[in-house]
Amino acid sequence: MDFQSAGTGASRIKRTLQEIGLDHSIVRCCAVCAYEAEMNIVIHAWRGILRARISPEAVEIVAEDEGPGIRDIVLAMQEGYSTAPPHIREMGFGAGMGLPNMKRCSDEMSVESEPGIGTTVRMTIKTGRPHPSK
Amino acid sequence: MTTYFHSVTLDAEKCKGCTNCIKRCPTEAIRVRGGKAAIIEERCVDCGECIRICPNHAKIAVTDTLERIHAFKKRIALPAPALFGQFDEDVPPDAIIQALRDIGFDEVYEVAAGAEAVTVGSREFMKQNRLRKPWISSACPAAVRLMQVRFPSLLEYIMPVESPMEISARLARKAFSRAGLKVGEGDVGTFFISPCPAKVTAVKQPVGEDVSAVDGTIAISLIYPEILKRVSKMKGVSGLRRASRVGYSWGRSGGEALAIAPGKMLAVDGIHSCITVLEEIERGRLADVEYIELQACVGGCIGGCLTVLNPFVARVRLRSLVERLGGEPMAVDENWAAGAAAEGFFSLRSEIRPRSVMALDSDVTKAISKMQALEETLKGLPGLDCGSCGSPSCRALAEDIVRGTAAETDCTFKLRERVQVLAEQVVDLARRLPPPMAAGQHTPGATQGAAQADAGGAGGGSDPGNAGGNAGDPGKVKGAK
Ligand code: SF4
Ligand code: SF4
Repeated sequence: MDFQSAGTGASRIKRTLQEIGLDHSIVRCCAVCAYEAEMNIVIHAWRGILRARISPEAVEIVAEDEGPGIRDIVLAMQEGYSTAPPHIREMGFGAGMGLPNMKRCSDEMSVESEPGIGTTVRMTIKTGRPHPSK
Repeated sequence: MTTYFHSVTLDAEKCKGCTNCIKRCPTEAIRVRGGKAAIIEERCVDCGECIRICPNHAKIAVTDTLERIHAFKKRIALPAPALFGQFDEDVPPDAIIQALRDIGFDEVYEVAAGAEAVTVGSREFMKQNRLRKPWISSACPAAVRLMQVRFPSLLEYIMPVESPMEISARLARKAFSRAGLKVGEGDVGTFFISPCPAKVTAVKQPVGEDVSAVDGTIAISLIYPEILKRVSKMKGVSGLRRASRVGYSWGRSGGEALAIAPGKMLAVDGIHSCITVLEEIERGRLADVEYIELQACVGGCIGGCLTVLNPFVARVRLRSLVERLGGEPMAVDENWAAGAAAEGFFSLRSEIRPRSVMALDSDVTKAISKMQALEETLKGLPGLDCGSCGSPSCRALAEDIVRGTAAETDCTFKLRERVQVLAEQVVDLARRLPPPMAAGQHTPGATQGAAQADAGGAGGGSDPGNAGGNAGDPGKVKGAK
C-alpha cells in the first residue's frame, strides 16, 4: 500500500487533460474517476496500472490491478458498501463511495473482476458536452 | 487577448538569472531567458512567492508612492488588519490610526471593520445557499487567481461575496459623505494599506468587479517607518478604533473562517498548501466542509510579502491584540448588514471566469498531437528538473519546446550529448583520408558522397566501434532504451 504517492497518477492525468484543453467540467469528472480508481488500487490491490486514452470525442480511463478482486460487483456498486479495513476508513477513505462516484462521473463504466486475480475498471467520459452529473 | 496588469515585476538590472524563482512559482509562470527572469503574464497570480525567494531582490512589487495620495482633495486610508499585527502592545490600534491621520489621511477606515460586515454578509449568504459545499473564500486575490489558472472547475465554489477591502472602501466613502464633507466623488481617494502585491493587482484589475472602489495601494513596508516615527511620541489617543476582535482576526490565517463558519470550516495558508487542498476539493473529497478559507501567504495576510515583521512574530502580536480587545461585540450593525446582504450589497458584480492558459492548442485534435510530442520529448530529457534550461522542470521544458518557445538543446545534458556526437563525427571525419592517399581502405562505390549526405551513418559503417551510426539522432538513442 503506497499512500504516499496515491493521487499522483490522477494528478498527472488531470494536468494532461487540462493542457489538451478539454472543458473543465469534463476534466473534473475525469479527475474524480481517475482518483477513485487509483485509490481503489492503493487500498485493495497488490499492484495496478492507471491509464488514460484520450481522443477528441472521449477520455477512456482504465484501471487494471492484480489483487483480491471483487466478489459481488453489484453489491460493490452500492453506495456505502465497502470492504476496506477499519484503519483505512479511519483515514477517511474506503467509505464505499469509490465505484458509485466513478459511475456517477462517467458516461460508461464496466467492471470485470476475477476473485484472487484482479480487477479491471473501464470508464468512458465523453467530451462532447459539459457533463450533467458533476 | 486580455492584457494583464501585475504588481509583481522584475528589476532586470538586479536579476542574475540564477533560476531560484522559477521552481517556486505555483503556476510555472517564470522562465529564465537570456540570463534574466521573464514572467508569463497570463499565468502570474501575483502571489509574491518569487519576491520571497529571490536572493538578489530582483523581483519587486509595484505599489503607489505616498505622494500619490495628494492627487486627491480628500484621502481615506484603508489599513489591512495585518498592519495592526506589525506593532507591539505599546502601539494600540488607536495610535496607528492617529499616525495615519498625521501622515496625511483625512479619514481612516479599518478594513477590519469592513471584514466584520463581510462576516455577516457571508453568513447570510451561506444561510441562503446551503446546498453546494464547500464554499471557498474570495478574500485572497492570489488564491482566486490561482483557481482561475489551475482550478477553473472550482470557480463556481467561490463564494460570490466581496472582499473586506472592497466593502471597506464603499463603507468608508459612505461614512465620509455622511460626515458632511463637501467634496465631489472624484475628489475622494481611498488607499488600501496593503500586505501584498496581489491586492495591488486586485485594485488595478479586479476580478468579480468591473472597477474597484479603491483608488490606490500603499505597501505596509513603505508606510511602516512613517507610522513608527509618529507613534513613539503619542500618548493616550483613544476613540478612533472601529473594529473589534473579529475583524482584526481576519489578518491571520483561520480568523476569517472561524468568524464565518465556526466548526465546519477549513483554513489553509501558503499557496502550495492551497493547491493540495484545491486538488482534494476537485476530487470531491471535502464535501462535509462548509467553508474554506484560502490564504496564499503562510500565516495569512500577516505573512504577506509587503509586511515588515516575521510572520510568526506578527501572528503572536495580532493574537495578543485580539485577546486584549476581549469579547466586545462586532462594530458592524448586524441587522443592517443582514438587510444589506439581502439587497445584494456584498455580492460580486461579475462572474469570475477561468484564465485558459494551460491548453497547448485551442484545437483539441492539435492539442492531443502536441501532447504526444510533449510526452516523447519528455522521455528524452534527463528528468533531473535542474532548471538550468530556464524552465522550472523537465516537463515544463518539454512543454515549452512543444509550444515553440524553447529548444531541446536548451537542456545542458542534451546539449552535451549533441556536442559529443558532433565531436565524434568530427574525429571520424578527420581520420578519413582522401582515396588517393588511402588506397585499399575504401571499396570503390561506397563513395565520399554517402559520407557527406549522412556522416553519422557512413561513420558507423566504417568504424562500428564508435557507435556513430545512430548517434546522428540522439532522440533515437534514448527511444530505443
Ligand atoms: S531568483 Fe529569479 S528574479 Fe531573482 S535573480 Fe534569480 S532568476 Fe532573477
Ligand atoms: S494571504 Fe493576504 S497578504 Fe497573502 S496574497 Fe492573500 S490577501 Fe495578500
